[in-house]
Amino acid sequence: MTADVVKAWDVLETVPDPEIPVLSVVDLGIVRDVVESEGGRAVRVTLTPTYSGCPATEVIARDVRAALETAYDTVDVVTQLSPAWTTDWMRESAKEKLHGFGIAPPSGRVTLPLLDVGAPTRCPHCGSDRVEELAGFGSTPCKALWRCTSCREPFDYFKKH
Amino acid sequence: MSPTSDSLLTVADGCLVLSHRLSEWMSNAPTMEEDIALGNIALDLLGQARGLLQLLGAETGVTEDELAYFREPQEWRNPLMCELPNGDFAFTMLRLLFVSAWLAEVWPTLSGDAVGVAEKAVKENAYHLRHAASWVVRLGDGTDESHQRMISALGALWPYRGEFATDAWHVRIEPVLTEATVPLPARDAWTQRSSADGWHTEHLGFLLAEMQSLARAHPGAQW
Repeated sequence: MTADVVKAWDVLETVPDPEIPVLSVVDLGIVRDVVESEGGRAVRVTLTPTYSGCPATEVIARDVRAALETAYDTVDVVTQLSPAWTTDWMRESAKEKLHGFGIAPPSGRVTLPLLDVGAPTRCPHCGSDRVEELAGFGSTPCKALWRCTSCREPFDYFKKH
Repeated sequence: MSPTSDSLLTVADGCLVLSHRLSEWMSNAPTMEEDIALGNIALDLLGQARGLLQLLGAETGVTEDELAYFREPQEWRNPLMCELPNGDFAFTMLRLLFVSAWLAEVWPTLSGDAVGVAEKAVKENAYHLRHAASWVVRLGDGTDESHQRMISALGALWPYRGEFATDAWHVRIEPVLTEATVPLPARDAWTQRSSADGWHTEHLGFLLAEMQSLARAHPGAQW
């Protein structure tokens, strides 16, 4: 990796997920490739969407382009569908950030075929392991709604996917 | 279009039309959680349809929007079951089970560029299938009222299974119906003719009229 490509990654670290601003697009694992050309004046970034219909996908592509345009003359943002994004690509440190943000991170690694989306191991508010599912779907495609039966607070769970 | 494109169009149209039907539940579902669930499922289906329509459009030089908003009912290839009006919640959930069970068979068989859409869709669909199955069991094996409604839904939907009901499909849905304590209908019972030749129920025209009206009133509009 050249020093300049490091620059591109540094820029990408500052682009947050619009729905979960505590995570950057790099934390999420959706940046699959960064290639420079024209002596470092042009950059091409490959993104893989999280969910088929996630409305954040187009916002993210726009935000990535805008951020990189501050550092490059030419920015190309391309979408790559295969291999499909999985929560396994999320950084371990991102899972800690999620927990700190009040969202339980995906539990464990994905095995295919995906038979279940896992379950939170502990409440992100009080740390209790006494948790139960309220609803399989939540405020964004990637989340389910759970609650803690110790502190009684509801919380989002980032589904294993 | 090639035979492969025809079958891709069936999947794309099925996803898009069912997505529209599910979106009609927004703010009308029995609980807020279910409103959110059906919205999420509709969104997944919309994204899957878009992915396939983009590929199909690229073959013939048209955009996904042209395919979605400027085709007449006779040009749509969705299974008839997807276009039927929502009915009650039992009907909606049983249809979601039937269509998801079909898609569970279809997604792993796609090839070429469609694999990119399918790899993602197969995981999303598994979750839809699980959600629908849990409701079919809960309602079928629920109160007298919900049990009767599930039986009515089954009677209404069964004649529309013919476009996708393979043996593998039956194997997927029969255990759910059994657990839901509703009588299993015969696999060889009469079924509706296919939409593959452009025949649809009268309901698709009304659905498209609503879905396409904005794009047709403002051709080329961006938002």
